[in-house]
Amino acid sequence: MLEYLWIVPLLPLLGSAVNGLFGAKWPNKTVNGVAIGSTGLSFLCALEAVREFFESGQVLFHKEFFTWIAAGNFRAGFDLQMDPLTVVMVLVVTGVGWLIHIYATGYMAHEGGYYRFFSYLNLFMFFMLILVLAANYVLLFVGWEGVGLSSYLLIGFYFLRKSAADAGKKAFIVNRIGDFGFMLGMFLLFRAFHTLDFQAIFTSTTLQGWPVELSGHLGTLTFACLLIFMGACGKSAQLPLYVWLPDAMEGPTPVSALIHAATMVTAGVYVVARSHALFSHAPTAMLVVAIVGCATAFFAATIGLVQTDIKKVLAYSTVSQLGYMFLACGVGAFSAGIFHLMTHAFFKALLFLAAGSVIHAMGGEQDMSRMGGLSKKIRWTFGTMLIATFAITGIPFFAGFFSKDAILFAAFQSQAGGTILYAFGLLTALLTAFYMFRLIFLTFGGKPRFDEHKVHVHESPWSMLGPLVVLAVLSTVGGWVALPALFQGPDYFANFLGPVFAGHETAEAAGEIAAHQLELILAGVAVGAALIGLAVAYWLYLKRPGKADGLAHSLKPVYTTLLNKYYVDELYAAMIVKPLLWISTNVLWKTADVAGIDGAVNGIADGARAIGDGVRHTQSGNTRSYAVWVVVGALVVMAVIFFWPFGGKPVLGMLR
Amino acid sequence: MVPTNYYVILSAILFGLGVFAFIFKRNIITIFMSIELMLNAVNLAFVAFSQALGKLDGQVFVLFVIVVAAAEAAVGLGIIILIARNRQTLNVERVNLLKL
Repeated sequence: MLEYLWIVPLLPLLGSAVNGLFGAKWPNKTVNGVAIGSTGLSFLCALEAVREFFESGQVLFHKEFFTWIAAGNFRAGFDLQMDPLTVVMVLVVTGVGWLIHIYATGYMAHEGGYYRFFSYLNLFMFFMLILVLAANYVLLFVGWEGVGLSSYLLIGFYFLRKSAADAGKKAFIVNRIGDFGFMLGMFLLFRAFHTLDFQAIFTSTTLQGWPVELSGHLGTLTFACLLIFMGACGKSAQLPLYVWLPDAMEGPTPVSALIHAATMVTAGVYVVARSHALFSHAPTAMLVVAIVGCATAFFAATIGLVQTDIKKVLAYSTVSQLGYMFLACGVGAFSAGIFHLMTHAFFKALLFLAAGSVIHAMGGEQDMSRMGGLSKKIRWTFGTMLIATFAITGIPFFAGFFSKDAILFAAFQSQAGGTILYAFGLLTALLTAFYMFRLIFLTFGGKPRFDEHKVHVHESPWSMLGPLVVLAVLSTVGGWVALPALFQGPDYFANFLGPVFAGHETAEAAGEIAAHQLELILAGVAVGAALIGLAVAYWLYLKRPGKADGLAHSLKPVYTTLLNKYYVDELYAAMIVKPLLWISTNVLWKTADVAGIDGAVNGIADGARAIGDGVRHTQSGNTRSYAVWVVVGALVVMAVIFFWPFGGKPVLGMLR
Repeated sequence: MVPTNYYVILSAILFGLGVFAFIFKRNIITIFMSIELMLNAVNLAFVAFSQALGKLDGQVFVLFVIVVAAAEAAVGLGIIILIARNRQTLNVERVNLLKL
């Protein structure tokens, strides 16, 4: 299967094409079969390929399937590669993707455009697999743009609703800003290395001999890395390009789970991790990555504190967790970042799917202030969502505990600004615990705040609960590969990714007793922070339900600022969107297009008509006036002959 | 011998009269006659130049013009008779079916 790696992405593409072309007239069951079958098969093929990869014992599998672009000495091929990093990504994408496909068959059962939804979802899987399997930046960019396209299509799935269509456009446009940087980064890399193949760049002597660009020195690599990070910022919703992700919640919930939580938004982290060899030569770029990641984590968490839409809370939580991943990459702990990417894929997909189940149970209600007391009515959803919440808040021995701990430890140890990064990371952990348990308590705890006679709360079908249970198991055990590290054993996950990041990880693996003890202490502190968050949320929303409103009232300026998301959308609207619209309307539309281009075209037409209108009167139909014109014409001809500087002389000479 | 100038000037005067009558007269027959006058003014010029230059070309042209003028007179008079029959008038102002 490894030799036929192209089958893995091709299967979802076939599923997408079949459903998209013929699915309109098929019953839902057939569409299900094609969609789930193609992704499931793709998952199995990926598993088989991974098995063969490990059996062969190689560190990197690389195969050129065909040349896509050849121009001079530039070659961009359909080349796929597999290494431990790819293994993690491929299995997460196909595995979680498959589960979400199954879930979606239950969730979307009563929606229109069923075949369209699954066609888009499979298309997304295809592009995402291309993205993670690509062996050069150009092919990666194909996947990169493709997932952006499918994200746009799926956010705007309910395109009759204006807010959904607008959210889709917003996501697409904001992503384009990042993609612009990504492309410039690629051009810069090509200029420096004359190739865009990962291996050719990372192992080139040019890069080996490249001096580490010291802080404050802006060299080619620093610029290239910053530009690539700009693309990552757009795709992974980091400051200042994060604005599209919360709006992307307009899409159906399975889409939020798959694309806007588990896989696509982590593409930015993947690209940074994949380019680690470049980043390690550019400490300035690394520092920027760490700071942006840390700032985003904290910033998004604070907004998440006060949101009342259950999906919006999770969206800001996603932005915040992505910030953690970038923080890890920024301080050089790439494997910790990828570890968190994996565990986050499990628990955040679970959180979204469980939230979808809640929304399903509530008959479409998304506002948490109109929920409450659901824990007894939808037990399975409650149980799985609680596990996911434990995982994200870092309660010990759930998946998120290990990855978040590894990131905070790496941040604490990093050379540049370690303590500040760590402090904000820890604070974010506290905030995360608060807003996640706030969500749990508001949704499941207390008394119902909705009309129980009108809303018929019901548990979701097993096609939806099954994936929840599987993901709950993964959210629990997903971090256990790092369990031995807690007891001074080897960190299996870091060792697994070791061949990829060899020599580039600055965070030292455990082994020294002092470092290990430090790690334990830090883990204890992080758990303490999470418990404080839990306690505060418990006190505010379960013990004294009135207290939260009182607190919001006494801190009104802060509360309204947070509720309005720091007015960032308004700021962007005032600073960028409005001026652009004004220029487009007044300069480009009314001046350049209407007055300039249309004016020229219409002016020529009007001129021709005016001339015709004038000349028309000479054709009067009166024979005698024609005779006059004949005479006038003859006179003109004679005048030309006689008085023209060159034509007249022979005739005049003849007369004399 | 009469200088060529005189013939040419006479020819121009005759031609000018022809043009004048062609434009300002209303009677079709008068207009027709003014055309004949212009043709003959040209004939006069041809003959005068033929004499002055000592070549026969001009006289050959004159013969052609006379032949064409005869044919034209036949056709033209035919048309005039038709107009006169159909419209009971020879006023050219009234022959205005093409007018807007």
